[in-house]
Amino acid sequence: MVLTLFGVSIIVFLVLRLLPGNALTSSLGVSAGLLSHAQLVALDHYYGIGEPVVQQYVSWLHAILTGNLGVSLSSRTSVASLVGAALPVTFELAIAAMLLGLLIGVLFGVFGALRPGRVVDVSGQGVSVIGLGVPSFVIGTGIVTLLASVFQYFPSSESFASLASDPWLNIQQIFFPAFTLSLGIGAAIMRTTRASMLEVVGQNYVRTARGKGLSRHSVTWKHIFLNAFIPVLTMSGIQLGYLLGGTVIVEQIFVLPGLGRLLVESINGRDFPVVQSVTMIFAAGFVVVNMIVDVLYAVVDPRIRNR
Amino acid sequence: MSALAELPLLSLRSVRVGSRRDHEVREIVRGVDLDVLAGEKVGVVGESGSGKTLTMLSVLRLLPRPLEVLGGQIRFEDKILTELDERGMESIRGAGVAMVYQDPMTSLNPLLRVRTQVVETLRAHGSSDAAAGKRTREVLGQVGFVDPERVEAAFPHELSGGMVQRVMIAMAIATSPRLLIADEPTTALDVTIQQQILDLVDSLQSRTAMSVVWVSHDLGVIARLVDRVFVMYAGRVVEQAPTVRLFARPTHPYSQALLGSLPGPEVRHRARLTQIGGSPPDPTRLPPGCPFRARCPFAFDRCAEQEPPLLERGEGSLAACWKEPIEWL
Repeated sequence: MVLTLFGVSIIVFLVLRLLPGNALTSSLGVSAGLLSHAQLVALDHYYGIGEPVVQQYVSWLHAILTGNLGVSLSSRTSVASLVGAALPVTFELAIAAMLLGLLIGVLFGVFGALRPGRVVDVSGQGVSVIGLGVPSFVIGTGIVTLLASVFQYFPSSESFASLASDPWLNIQQIFFPAFTLSLGIGAAIMRTTRASMLEVVGQNYVRTARGKGLSRHSVTWKHIFLNAFIPVLTMSGIQLGYLLGGTVIVEQIFVLPGLGRLLVESINGRDFPVVQSVTMIFAAGFVVVNMIVDVLYAVVDPRIRNR
Repeated sequence: MSALAELPLLSLRSVRVGSRRDHEVREIVRGVDLDVLAGEKVGVVGESGSGKTLTMLSVLRLLPRPLEVLGGQIRFEDKILTELDERGMESIRGAGVAMVYQDPMTSLNPLLRVRTQVVETLRAHGSSDAAAGKRTREVLGQVGFVDPERVEAAFPHELSGGMVQRVMIAMAIATSPRLLIADEPTTALDVTIQQQILDLVDSLQSRTAMSVVWVSHDLGVIARLVDRVFVMYAGRVVEQAPTVRLFARPTHPYSQALLGSLPGPEVRHRARLTQIGGSPPDPTRLPPGCPFRARCPFAFDRCAEQEPPLLERGEGSLAACWKEPIEWL
């Protein structure tokens, strides 16, 4: 896990250095060419981008390990405060999208699998093709356009309200981006749930459960779904990883001041400290999610617990 | 009281099992009549594919998709099971009729503790939580566990095959069913454990007066356990007889062949066992006439024309064979 993050830090760092341009050219534009050599060296030193790449990397690594994320090159505020403001937005969006996706995916998956080939199943399968096939920026743009032009409803036009300050506005602002993201996740979870349910239905212990005279409800959830849930858990972990990437696009469309938007802005501004930190946070988020999934396996399955 | 006047606990009448798809009907069980009296021990014997397990699964309506009961009537006590709705079946399953299955290791939910699985059975049939917990410990003791507390807290993967089968039996008898269907309960177990399991069910039966149906491919295994035997072949009962009579004078050529292939005391002298030539036919693609014809040493013209019904052969024996018994006894 630590090794993963270490690898990510190297890749992120190197890729950024490969980008043409730096904070200087980005903030000064073509006028950077008018500066004298002495002025350039002074500015390079000021931005801390004049040193050799390896040395830059080592000093950055040292800084993040001691909890110092550095200072944004464009806004001159600490990266920690920028990230601190953006992280809760993305966190809320990701959780909301995940829960919606699980709800949609599990419900359609379970009820589709109980009656394969019937209305719920076929419509669920159809929607899942759309959810998997249509990218979130198309769905997101579509929703924004539809709401704004037809219903004149666009909650994101107001500045973002946190869940604590104005819960009702916050829910309105989060719901549609979360829904946009949840379609893709929900579709993937639905397919996994359905396939997994259909496999478990034929297991001997399901026959035993029915043979004991348990109600349909009890057989479906306690015996079939509980066992079918393990692959769904794996799928959810993977989807949550993709979701973090998805937030970048969706936050852009719905104008949410989250990590994704911060990332896009700082890439445009060649604001390397911010880009590096945000990317590391995304990577850490992915690693943590996978760890949580591993722990949940053990909670659900006693055969894993004992190992 | 004569057995004839007594109303059977379970009775199957011309039960047919198969699949129906796009007007194409494939029958695997082709009209089975079977009665089990209260307190009686009955054996159902046949090769794999003869339809014995499907017949018993149809009693509890547990047939795997796409199989279903295509016709006939199944009655248990005063209820016609074939006309009951799902709710009605739920009250019969586990309470009136319980079943123990062939492969114990896959027959318990791997994610739930033994206690949870036994308790939920009792709870489904009206026990309180406390009573169910107490009863669970009691039945685990009855099936021979010296440490029921440890077993009930275990997950299925922590137990051996024989132990799981004991748990399955405990779960089956917990609700004191009137009928226990034991579907090859020892086939997947070590030989050393097999006899223990058979003896266990048999002793539980004698204590509780429940009826037991033993399903097996091995006539030798159940011979000493049952009062009556139904021999199945290609989806039908070809002979039904009291056990003693079947072993003394098997009437159907298939039963004779089955008995001939049993190892007896002469095994010690390295005597060869007879085997039944050929293989059982696909019950969905039977030629006209008697399905055993191709493997039967006594087959004659009539066997190719018409499938024999079960005919009275005396001493409570019925056999589906055209041969007059006197000719070859």
